[in-house]
Amino acid sequence: MTATIIGFVGPKVLRAALSILVVVTLTFVVLRASGDPALQILGPSARAADLEAFRRHWGLDQPLSLQYLRYIQAAFHGDFGNSMLGGKPALDIVLERVPLTLALMIPSLILTMLIGIPVGAYAAMHRDSWVDRSVMMLTVLGFTVPSFVLGLLLILIFSVTLGLFPSGGADRAAGFVLPVLTLGIGGAAIIARFTRSAMIEVLSQLYVVAASAKGVTWRQVVRQHALPNAIIPVLTLFGLMLGGQVAGAVLVENVFGWPGIGQLLVVSVANRDHAVVQVILLLVTLTMTSANLLMDLLYGVFDPRLRASSAGSH
Amino acid sequence: MTLLRLESVSRRFPVGSSILGSRKYLAAVDGVSLNVEAGQTTGIVGESGCGKSTTGRIALGLDSPDSGRVLFQGSLLPRIGSKEWRSQRRQMQLVFQDTLGALDRRMTVDALIAEPLEIHAVGDAASRRQRVWELLQAVGLGDDQHMLYPHQLSGGQRQRVVLARALAPKPSLLVCDEPVSALDVSVQAQIINLLVDLQRELGLGILFISHDLRIVRHVSDRIVVMYLGRVVEQGRADVIIDHPAHPYTQALVSAMPRLPGGFDQYVPLSGEPPSATDRPSGCPFNSRCPVAQDICRQSLPELLPLDSKREVACHRVRDR
Amino acid sequence: MPVMMPRLKTTSWMDLPTRAAAGWVLLMVVAALVAAHIAPYDITAIDLRHRLAPPVGFGGTMLHILGTDDLGRDVASRLIYSIRTSLLVAFGATAISVFVGTAIGFTAAYFGRLVEHVLLLMIDVQASLPFLIVALAMLAFLGNSLPLFVTLMGLYGWERNARLARGLAIAAGAQGYASATRQLGAHPLRVYVRHILPNSVATLLVAATVTFPEIVLVESGLSFLGLGVQPPMSSLGVMVAAGREYITRAPWMLLAPSLVIVLTAVAVSVLGDWLRDQLDPTLK
Ligand SMILES: Nc1ncnc2c1ncn2[C@@H]1O[C@H](COP(=O)(O)OP(=O)(O)O)[C@@H](O)[C@H]1O
Ligand code: SF4
Ligand SMILES: [Mg+2]
Repeated sequence: MTATIIGFVGPKVLRAALSILVVVTLTFVVLRASGDPALQILGPSARAADLEAFRRHWGLDQPLSLQYLRYIQAAFHGDFGNSMLGGKPALDIVLERVPLTLALMIPSLILTMLIGIPVGAYAAMHRDSWVDRSVMMLTVLGFTVPSFVLGLLLILIFSVTLGLFPSGGADRAAGFVLPVLTLGIGGAAIIARFTRSAMIEVLSQLYVVAASAKGVTWRQVVRQHALPNAIIPVLTLFGLMLGGQVAGAVLVENVFGWPGIGQLLVVSVANRDHAVVQVILLLVTLTMTSANLLMDLLYGVFDPRLRASSAGSH
Repeated sequence: MTLLRLESVSRRFPVGSSILGSRKYLAAVDGVSLNVEAGQTTGIVGESGCGKSTTGRIALGLDSPDSGRVLFQGSLLPRIGSKEWRSQRRQMQLVFQDTLGALDRRMTVDALIAEPLEIHAVGDAASRRQRVWELLQAVGLGDDQHMLYPHQLSGGQRQRVVLARALAPKPSLLVCDEPVSALDVSVQAQIINLLVDLQRELGLGILFISHDLRIVRHVSDRIVVMYLGRVVEQGRADVIIDHPAHPYTQALVSAMPRLPGGFDQYVPLSGEPPSATDRPSGCPFNSRCPVAQDICRQSLPELLPLDSKREVACHRVRDR
Repeated sequence: MPVMMPRLKTTSWMDLPTRAAAGWVLLMVVAALVAAHIAPYDITAIDLRHRLAPPVGFGGTMLHILGTDDLGRDVASRLIYSIRTSLLVAFGATAISVFVGTAIGFTAAYFGRLVEHVLLLMIDVQASLPFLIVALAMLAFLGNSLPLFVTLMGLYGWERNARLARGLAIAAGAQGYASATRQLGAHPLRVYVRHILPNSVATLLVAATVTFPEIVLVESGLSFLGLGVQPPMSSLGVMVAAGREYITRAPWMLLAPSLVIVLTAVAVSVLGDWLRDQLDPTLK
């Protein structure tokens, strides 16, 4: 039994660790390939002595293999040096912004579920009705309207025309209504579509069960079997969706002037502030990898058959 | 002259692999030896799953044996995928059962037949066109079919295309793996007769694989009977058909329509062969053998000459 | 040439939404192709007397059908050139993405073993990271120029195309015609180029119709952030970003390019669905 669990968890953890190593390595390669980091970070107007000191400090005068090892070591400690702006350690600058981004993402993920799952389930149970069809049409829009356009449209409607909510700013509670709504709507469309198709599949299997189980109403069958079974794939989708939400957050924060990681990233990219960008890249990698790992493991917990077969085949 | 020679060839496949537990293996082919003479046909017969196709693939050098040797014209086959291996393909060709899958559906009949000539850079474009034309005639495909696509042909016509493709580079060995099993009986006869005629004309050595003894009997000079990866009897075709010695061969022969003067004792074959993963100890046939005794469950009978014309692997062959 | 184009079923014709989508895409392509001939003004032509003029129907004149921006530049003209830029970038990037993905997928399928494991790991890593973040990081590390930007956009979706191509190659091998050709003595390269690739083209093209609108969206997102297409060139995202400053006084500056982005993305994906339905995999 323990062997099975190790056999199931072990390769997945290893894979996650490898993924992170790949990103760190590629970052190192791209950075080294793009030119002299000292010159890039200190700028062309830097004095020769400063450049020299910088190179020595970061071991840039050492062989590449040693640089690589030092880089990995530094990455492991989250030490990417100081931000060009303000000169504070990049890690601190980024971590300062984390709560603000989470304040957008967590409510919007909840909103996503609250809208997406019931809508998808309802559409599945009333398949091919006009409700189902309109929901499907709307979800196509949800897929294809980019979040920055949606955000601007919401500002135009609720803030410019109706004057209901402020168009942004983290200083007021109401300032976060529109950004959360913007992020939530796109995700909800994906979740609704996915829930619908998962439900339809589970339901079609359940017709057989219901037909053979006497004295149980259809409603009971759905509540006891269909929804729980349909939620498993939706859960994994959640892991995949997180990526879309992170990317969406970058755009939405910039639309609404929300001072989270997304805004920091864009400013840092514009200023080519390598240290900060690297920290954010690694942070996103860590988040995504652990989210995927978690979803993988949860999936195994929910579906023991999968656990058994995947341990057997790898 | 011996064209192809298999010497105690074995091949096993891993089944149900696992990172922790030990690997189980399935012995698909176990110590098989056989010969194909130039210009003659050796037939392999046996139930589905007994290792015929695997033997055929090893004979062609498409798969390599775990142990044993394959000699073609007296020398070992080159490493799979190597340059020598690729150019040797001209010499040895395969005819498949699944003709629809084996033909690229986006190519016309004449492009398909010209392809082996292009691959081996045989002649110039004009001489290749000429050769394609000859091949179409040889396999009996008409003027109106050469521009068609595989799915527009009947099964029999497709098999003729596959045959023409195999014959294009003028091979000396042809391995035919169930070449007619997917066809209607009337079409089967046409293809088989075509094959026999072509062999006579071109002097091909053929390894002919089928689960159907009636067909094997019709084309073969020698017959090899396989059961669960092992050869249980082999020898001259007429002897095997008229006087089968192994109980399994006897069962196969007696299931054929009765032949006047031939073997006419009825030996029913019951049940399915055991799975190749859990082969019974001793003689592989003992679970279905009507004359099995204790020794059959204890030791594996060797393939030994019974007379000058064949070899048999059965403990009791001399008792009866 | 023995290679045929994918066959389309002749029985079904487009329904209304598909026809509308096809019409819109066609309009966009034509606009992009003949931009110089149909754009009424130069995109940098400044008309200070008509700054922030509204479109026709909202109090504007036929002089500037879709109104003007803060410098009095013609929105319709800028829109046409922006469509051209966005489509060109997305077209180039989609081509790169499909090409790179196919090459990597085939390589993985061909070599198998360690090569395949390493490539699959890269594919997984790319798939688990949001592309926008990767693109932003690359822009920070490498700087920005149009060729670099197009190449970078070409990385979008490579992992999906690689997975697809690998699957197609493996399926082709299992189907028999690939191994049948190999046993004829063909070099593996010939098998890939002459057989597996032509048999995969239809599916890869459908995949491209999925990749294309997504690249349009990513490009417009990056350009909106000011990190994509750079002035004096204009793209749809650049226009949205400019319009945002005047959202109260001149919403048309924002709405016109937004509408084009949304309609194009919807239309291409509707068309992609149709195409997928039309490609008859069994070729009966
Ligand atoms: N590539 C393979 N991997 C695993 N098992 C195989 C493979 N090829 C054949 N086998 C197994 O080997 C045995 C013999 O197969 P085969 O040679 O195809 O038999 P036949 O052609 O007589 O039907 C079967 O049990 C089959 O399942
Ligand atoms: S060895 Fe025994 S079991 Fe095997 S065939 Fe002969 S008699 Fe039957
Ligand atoms: Mg077979």
